[in-house]
Amino acid sequence: MSDAEARQLPTLRFLTCGSVDDGKSTLIGRLLFEQKLIFDDQLSALARDSKKHGTAGADIDFALLVDGLEAEREQGITIDVAYRYFATPSRSFIVADTPGHEQYTRNMATGASNSDLAVLLVDARKGLLPQTRRHAIIASLLGIRHAVLAVNKIDLVDYDQRAFEDIRTAFAQFAKALNFETLTAIPVSARFGDNVSRKSGRTPWYAGPTLIACLETAIVDDERRRGAFRLPVQWVNRPHPDFRGFAGAVTQGEIEKGDSIVVANSGRTSRIRRILAADRDVERAEAGDAVTVTLEDEVDVARGDVFAKPGARPEVADQFAAHLIWMSADPLLPGRPYWLKIGAKTTPATVSELKHRLDVNSLEKLAAKTLNLNEVGYCNVATTVPVAFDAYAQNRDGGAFILIDRLTNETAGAGMIAHGLRRATNIHRQGLSVTREAHALMKGQLPAILWFTGLSGAGKSTIANLVESKLYARGVHTVMLDGDNVRHGLNKDLGFTAADRVENIRRVAEVARLMTDAGLIVLCSFISPFRAERQLAREIAAPGEFLEIFVDAPFETVAARDPKGLYKRALAGEIKNFTGVDQPYEAPTAPELRLDTSRESAEALANAVIGALEALGRVGRV
Amino acid sequence: MLHLAMKAFFPSKPPFPLLHVDTRWKFRDMIAFRDETARRLGLELKVYVNEDGLRRGVSPIASGSQVHTQVMKTEALRQALDAGGFDAAFGGARRDEEKSRAKERVFSHRSAAHAWDPRNQRPELWRLYNTRLKTGESMRVFPLSNWTELDVWEYIRAENIPVVPLYFAKPRPVVERSGALIMVDDERLPLEPGETPQIRNVRFRTLGCYPLTGAIPSDADTLDAIIDEMRASTSSERQGRLIDIDESASMEKKKREGYF
Repeated sequence: MSDAEARQLPTLRFLTCGSVDDGKSTLIGRLLFEQKLIFDDQLSALARDSKKHGTAGADIDFALLVDGLEAEREQGITIDVAYRYFATPSRSFIVADTPGHEQYTRNMATGASNSDLAVLLVDARKGLLPQTRRHAIIASLLGIRHAVLAVNKIDLVDYDQRAFEDIRTAFAQFAKALNFETLTAIPVSARFGDNVSRKSGRTPWYAGPTLIACLETAIVDDERRRGAFRLPVQWVNRPHPDFRGFAGAVTQGEIEKGDSIVVANSGRTSRIRRILAADRDVERAEAGDAVTVTLEDEVDVARGDVFAKPGARPEVADQFAAHLIWMSADPLLPGRPYWLKIGAKTTPATVSELKHRLDVNSLEKLAAKTLNLNEVGYCNVATTVPVAFDAYAQNRDGGAFILIDRLTNETAGAGMIAHGLRRATNIHRQGLSVTREAHALMKGQLPAILWFTGLSGAGKSTIANLVESKLYARGVHTVMLDGDNVRHGLNKDLGFTAADRVENIRRVAEVARLMTDAGLIVLCSFISPFRAERQLAREIAAPGEFLEIFVDAPFETVAARDPKGLYKRALAGEIKNFTGVDQPYEAPTAPELRLDTSRESAEALANAVIGALEALGRVGRV
Repeated sequence: MLHLAMKAFFPSKPPFPLLHVDTRWKFRDMIAFRDETARRLGLELKVYVNEDGLRRGVSPIASGSQVHTQVMKTEALRQALDAGGFDAAFGGARRDEEKSRAKERVFSHRSAAHAWDPRNQRPELWRLYNTRLKTGESMRVFPLSNWTELDVWEYIRAENIPVVPLYFAKPRPVVERSGALIMVDDERLPLEPGETPQIRNVRFRTLGCYPLTGAIPSDADTLDAIIDEMRASTSSERQGRLIDIDESASMEKKKREGYF
């Protein structure tokens, strides 16, 4: 390959992974050192640090250069993903250095998510370890198609060809299931530099490339350029009424002025009028370009919508199957709503069904009810609105999503979509000939869900019953869903664990929604201790029809009142998972109504609820 | 970074103001360039000075680099962000600058007290950034995270972006202190006995407070010359920053406290 051709290869983003002590950080330090990328001032700091923390005796410990953070320097392990940048005369590289321990699977997945090639390190003395297999599996799962097996510390087995060949063969056998397009094994010594950037005289039996040569010439298929056109809209650019542009980066494929496009989410079509790359008009744009486009027609487009060509659209569905890597210390709760972010779109979503957990050491499928930190599962995901996506294997940007915990805001999970679920795509909701509006009109009212939440014994049912009696007296059509009653019938299969409480609320909310379709005012009286589940119920309801009513009573008061004698038993430890005792109650932060039971009578509070319904025009005034 | 923002939002203007935390010890050329740039682009420029620190007489000369940086930069930045109620602040930091920066997120979460918790950062996968915040919390956003110093200069050349003249070599009055060339930018820099400013051909690779920023001897007075010099360079860009050498891992310590 000529110099000119070599220079055209794009920056290679690669990942280094391997078991603890296999020498990843040392290898990266060696790569930087040999490309003269360790500067004099860094080298003198390194020499200073090597004496203090180093494990390489009198030599410079290259790992110290890479292990950035203070704490990990003291422990001698890599705790996070560190990014390094270097360039040879023919190519630039971005290296993600990731930790080896099993408890850092999520960090490795993070590094892998933006890499096109993985360098897997193995200690020549130890051969393949469970960690090596796990890292190869995770790299494959995250869509990496090119692997380099660096058999390190070859100096410690006296440059023995047999040791190298055994490891190479064993790995090739194991990796058959992982769909790597290329797999290159290289005997190296990171400490002494054999076959890193110079061919080693001590491995005459090895005819392959050095590690650097292998990285410099790796052709990582540019699937982004070849794929179908995708432009997720990040922002609607509207400086004045005469200009309405849609800004975003082309993630895949290419587009030209005049091309027909479709807004995948709504199915509306138009044509590209202008493409602005920054401050000038261009004729075309391709994967990686950040552009603002304008359309020929007035089409409704918002952040999160995806532009595609009409002949090659992404799937649009509200349910799909996906691999999920769990990244939070709080386990995954199927049914609990999380924020799902895909492309520029953020929407509430739940894991509707966890199919199995994947053993990342063996690829074995295990039954599971939940996923814990660093575990990988295969599941069905349901979103509250349909989203546009591609299978991750075809389009990494179009098939990748994250789940965000709605209370802590932490990134709880990372997912890769396998395929849409047909029941969502093809089974359209049955159109009803008598509409919900018609039902309501006949009753002379507008439907609503009155959601009473509060501690057991706060007075929810008492107040709800009073409200219902008063509404009945006015000729308003109502129905009551009470926590205790529902648990005797519809939800008698559910207990009181966090997971069951989520499912309890989901079912009740769905039933309440059906009742509002019939035009009814639905009174729901449930402790519903978790904010996230009340939010779920709110989202299931039609917009504007959900009223959260916080029946507020201090714990001391309800525990003293104890109408059912439950607090006494819970405090004595006879009842588990009791709200306010050994399970938290998350008070509403912005309820539509807060009823202070310590200040006013149940009668007065019931009137306040009805007053609110009147104010909203849900029932007529008398 | 400003150039990128102008391009990203074109034909609109970036929907955020520019903020400069001024320690009152910045290079005069840098201040002139700052004001001229905001004027030229028609953007709102907010300048924040920690007046309390000024009243207490904090300066790099009187207080030393550590106290000066803590009070006039780190604390001042926190005050400025609080005063503006900003939930995000863009910065031009890059991962290749320094070891602890290599692990910084693109969207770096800060607590309500502006603290960075390096052990508890949100994982960043693909190009999906988790930007959710609770009341009082904020983000530091580093769009140039994956650029190198060379990338920056090649981009400046490719796009013909104006930069502060101090980056180009020219004869300037300097004194040599603990191996660093300090420019005598105004009369406030006290000269030690026997010290006389010499005129040398120097330029800067980074611009901090002038008494704390070392120049490098250089003849690179064009973009091409700067890029050639950089390719041949054997020291990192922050070599001139005296505040990094205070103590080992000092950048991480400063960042935990709210430094950019």
